Amino acid sequence: MTNSIQEIKNADTIFIIGSNTSENHPVIAAIMKQAKRAGAKMIVADPRRIEMAEYADVFLQLKPGTNIALLNGLMHVIIEKGLQDENYIKERTENYEELKELVKGYTPERVSEICGVDPEYIIKAAEIYGEAPKAGIYYTMGITQHTTGTHAVMSISNLALLCGNVGVESAGVNPLRGQNNVQGACDMGGLPADLPGYQKVFKPEVLDKFQDSWGSKLSNKVGLTITEMFKAIEEDQVKFLYIMGENPMVSDPDTNHVEHVLDHVDFLVVQDIFLTETASMADVVLPAAAFAEKDGTFTNTERRIQRVRRAVEAPGEAKADWMILMDIMNRMGDETRYSHPARIMAEIVSLTPSYGGVSYKRLEKESLQWPVPNENHPGTKYLHKAAIARGRGLFMPAEHVASAEITNDEYPLILTTGRILYHYHTMTMTGREEGLNKLAPHSYVEINETTANKLGIEDGDMVKLYSRRGEVQTTALVTDIIDDGVVFMPFHYSEGKANILTNSAIDEIAKIPELKVAAVRIEKA
Amino acid sequence: MQVTINGKQYDFDKGTTVLKACSEIGLDIPTLCNDERLVPSGSCRLCQVEIEGWGKLHTACTTQVREGMVIHTHSDRVIKARQDLLDMLISNHPLECLTCEKSGACKLQDYCYEYGITEGTYRWEMSKPYFDDTNPFYTFDARKCILCGLCVRVCDELQGTNAIGFENRGFDTQVATPFGEGLENSTCVSCGNCVSVCPVGALEPKSKKKFRHWETRTVRTTCSYCGVGCQMDLKIKGNEIVEVQPAFDAHNEGLLCVKGKFSYNFLSHPDRLKKPMVRKDGVLVETGWDEALDVITSKMKEVKKEFGSDAFAGLTSARCTNEDNYMFQKLFRSTLGTNNVDHCARL
Repeated sequence: MTNSIQEIKNADTIFIIGSNTSENHPVIAAIMKQAKRAGAKMIVADPRRIEMAEYADVFLQLKPGTNIALLNGLMHVIIEKGLQDENYIKERTENYEELKELVKGYTPERVSEICGVDPEYIIKAAEIYGEAPKAGIYYTMGITQHTTGTHAVMSISNLALLCGNVGVESAGVNPLRGQNNVQGACDMGGLPADLPGYQKVFKPEVLDKFQDSWGSKLSNKVGLTITEMFKAIEEDQVKFLYIMGENPMVSDPDTNHVEHVLDHVDFLVVQDIFLTETASMADVVLPAAAFAEKDGTFTNTERRIQRVRRAVEAPGEAKADWMILMDIMNRMGDETRYSHPARIMAEIVSLTPSYGGVSYKRLEKESLQWPVPNENHPGTKYLHKAAIARGRGLFMPAEHVASAEITNDEYPLILTTGRILYHYHTMTMTGREEGLNKLAPHSYVEINETTANKLGIEDGDMVKLYSRRGEVQTTALVTDIIDDGVVFMPFHYSEGKANILTNSAIDEIAKIPELKVAAVRIEKA
Repeated sequence: MQVTINGKQYDFDKGTTVLKACSEIGLDIPTLCNDERLVPSGSCRLCQVEIEGWGKLHTACTTQVREGMVIHTHSDRVIKARQDLLDMLISNHPLECLTCEKSGACKLQDYCYEYGITEGTYRWEMSKPYFDDTNPFYTFDARKCILCGLCVRVCDELQGTNAIGFENRGFDTQVATPFGEGLENSTCVSCGNCVSVCPVGALEPKSKKKFRHWETRTVRTTCSYCGVGCQMDLKIKGNEIVEVQPAFDAHNEGLLCVKGKFSYNFLSHPDRLKKPMVRKDGVLVETGWDEALDVITSKMKEVKKEFGSDAFAGLTSARCTNEDNYMFQKLFRSTLGTNNVDHCARL
């Protein structure tokens, strides 16, 4: 998030797109509802009439895969009505003319045809966003999990820049991150091109710094992303795969393919807290301590670094992940020992400028939002305050492009996927909670009443879904919150697993798979 | 604003409530219905104070300080009024402190102790018993409810769910779900934010383990589910988490969701991995750390020698700590010599 969670309270307009906030980020949703109650306006864009839509001033029920067209349409109306922030554009951005030119073609009528949204609603939403002094955009995987995901994020950024909403309190561009420490895992260099703090592996001065500190020779070659790793395994380039705290057998698209890859790899190590679907395929399984059994830090969606504290003992011989990794490094000849995660943090701090002022001592008394360059710095509530980080905000106009897989006679429905309130990701933890299983016991597919009627399907029927990659059996949930021709499945469940159906086609820039659009067929089982 | 409290002069900002003013100078005023996040309701009336020249007593939570105000927070008249209120409350409250889960963390219990109330002196019919245990995570016992309204207001003003409200009037008032259909059939999302603020034992988590509040210790930590990073206090008895309370002095402002508040039992689930396992003849068998790590490191050496550094790939974890993630990429980059490190940021 460019901005902070508490700032939502003072936003004039809250624009939620591709985020089922009340189910995936319930506490942020509660704060949004508080803001709405205090007078903020709300726009919600989603293929399903999610709970937040009930609070919206305008709800745009768009077809999955049409985010860019909608965002361009909003910008078209804003410019036509003169609601853009001319001063901001002049002083803080560049490439505005190109954007203006591109969005010219996205009239509400044309956008309405692409997105399936009433042109009147597009105009109303544009007015609400454009007229707000401080408007924040909040999005999640509904924006990013498309082959055009990166361009959709750029379009969000275009909209925010157009109305002067970047570098402003209670506004901004705010991806709500899904996992407790997905921000931190990225910050710490859990990416193939990035050392901690997004310092690039191919920059000689960066490599020198890390080589000096670690006393080893490092590769300057950008590594493989998950998708590329899987391909490299199939081509026998990668022989040894080590998976820590992840369950791709449930979370990744095209499960049959994932299973083939994990079966094929020469040696697989899985480190986890339970014997997950992925762990059960491993050659070696290592028992890890869970969050309440170890010390450390998580970095949340608003860049806030916070302590995790050991409260109970890990079961049996399970050990903290960092300890296991240190033991392996020691056995492999790197003698460095760390007595406590605080020592690891000290090393991180010495190498990562954005974490430069972090210490366990400070974290005892406060939480810190990065960038926090030195020990006297209070941390950063919102980014780009004095100026956009790169100098000027760059408009990156993007055209609407159809999803990789479009419907046809054989697969006439669009399947989109997501999470629900009562489970978390692959259910490794929540699947073992009695109460949650009572409230959300099994997989299901949401089908519009009309679609169901055409197919002779009734609520509660067992149905079979087919895509080009596989088939699953699940329960039909007939509802009017989703449009005719679109169906939704939660991806958590390993029985009736949505990801058997999903498409592994990826966005070429971010390498994110198109989990939000797959073409399927449904039959009564 | 110059205000005199219990004979001493203080200066407060305009708009400060008398209750807030008292808390700023370290005076403990009893209250069962106050919550700084909510619009003051003045419903429990325990915080009433005497203000010179104002006639009757006034609730401190709904009264703002004024220039020259002279306040008495613990005069005989105030104490007597609070004792009468507590007497009325306890007269309609089952004295089950011996078995009540809330004992030791119950504000009614604490105030009765402080104000010397040993039993209720009003003898009349008690409120209609009503017990709702249809929610998987918490129970509602209407007999213990003191109608402070905190649960209803939190559900409405903060959580925005409006699953519960007040039903009936006067002595028959009860906290209820619409049409008496019970929590199970209400719009309740089991966030437990009502349970977290209940000052008595009316709303209680369904705990797997019996515990007394004085047997527990508390550890502040970060929730391990989504990226909001709510701060929470784990209550621990022995080696087990028995309850979770949200942190009120953090960005989540005393709120949690169903997963953060109630879903921690996986930690002590019997399926937890307790020993390393190595595949032998196609089957995973338990072993010790030495053997497991030997198998891994000898394979690492073999692969590195035969196929080079880029034959390794690793998926680090958005679920693990920063320190865990740093170590993982350091193992791959520094020890194994490859940048083939990624994780499920895209999923």
